[in-house]
Amino acid sequence: MASKLIGWLDERTGIVGVYKTVFDRKIPRVNWWFTLGSASLFLFSIQVVTGILLTVYYVPSPEHAYDSVQYIMTGVQFGWLIRGVHHWAASLMVLTVFLHMLRVFFYGAYKYPREITWVTGVVLLLATLGMGFTGYLLPWNQKAYWATTVGTSIAGTVPGIGDFILRALRGGADLSAMTLTRFFAAHVWMLPLVILAVISVHLYLVIRNGISAAPKDDE
Amino acid sequence: MSESDAVNASRRRFVATTAAAVGAVMGAAVGVPALGYLASPALEAGGSDAWVPLGNLESFSTQQPTPFSFTRSKTSGWRKSTRSYTVYVIRNADGVRVLSSRCTHLSCRVTWHEEQNAFTCPCHDAQFGPQGEVLYGPPPKPLEEYETKIEDGALLIRVVEA
Repeated sequence: MASKLIGWLDERTGIVGVYKTVFDRKIPRVNWWFTLGSASLFLFSIQVVTGILLTVYYVPSPEHAYDSVQYIMTGVQFGWLIRGVHHWAASLMVLTVFLHMLRVFFYGAYKYPREITWVTGVVLLLATLGMGFTGYLLPWNQKAYWATTVGTSIAGTVPGIGDFILRALRGGADLSAMTLTRFFAAHVWMLPLVILAVISVHLYLVIRNGISAAPKDDE
Repeated sequence: MSESDAVNASRRRFVATTAAAVGAVMGAAVGVPALGYLASPALEAGGSDAWVPLGNLESFSTQQPTPFSFTRSKTSGWRKSTRSYTVYVIRNADGVRVLSSRCTHLSCRVTWHEEQNAFTCPCHDAQFGPQGEVLYGPPPKPLEEYETKIEDGALLIRVVEA
């Protein structure tokens, strides 16, 4: 029955070919360090699901942000769990993405013909850090407020255009409602779409070029 | 099929089955809390049932229905808001009745018009008589009546919120 259905679908969509290309591709003998990319992708999926759920109750306004987060933690069933998972998976994702980069670097896996995979990976690393930076402000508590004050001030130390960057990040001279809404927009729309698009390219390249084997002792 | 092929095939089946099972468990671990999270406000008991004092019974007119407005605070999620009510106190020799100003048709607010001796609804021209009975228009029921009680000369009504 199931194989009949799959056959019917495959005749019309080529889904079996896609499955084999993605999941049954040949890989060299590798170790656990090679799973960090998949781990990052899994954590990103977790962040998408829990993040979408959080927006059901979260309000990006200085008057309501803190209260709405408190409500998620105490008033909504499983709210503490959804936010907790989003919080911890965020920290863990920065870690796995960074270790993934180190693995690729130390195994020399960024070399020909995988330079573009590396470059898209750099974009993903920066976007992940951007997600961490923008998401940190959203609870609008003391830690969030001052961390963003410090973070945007650091951006403001760039010679020449520093003041412009600081104002562009904050949406004005000071941290305000403008900062909160633009960080929210970046956190839930801009950066996720960038990450999704670049992950697509990154994965396509990983599948197209295959993954590199671990270098041998005599190389 | 050689022996090692058979071992590979059964190993593949094992990996596929295990991956599917672990995936299902993880899906449920996320899915069940997610559904509870989304349905949470719908499952809350909420509501209230309170006796609201309207003041001294003697202060209400025995000639005309008298409007009385009050607000009650309400918490929706993280936000406190108020809900305003207007009721009509109708006093005569038989005693006292308190009617809601909410039209039974589509919840617009009715107002008392002395010259017409009727409550009229601005939305669909409905009219209710001095005791809340339907005189004209689409309302299916008379105006709703509140349960009342008198304590130490003060009039109280029972306000039940869903």
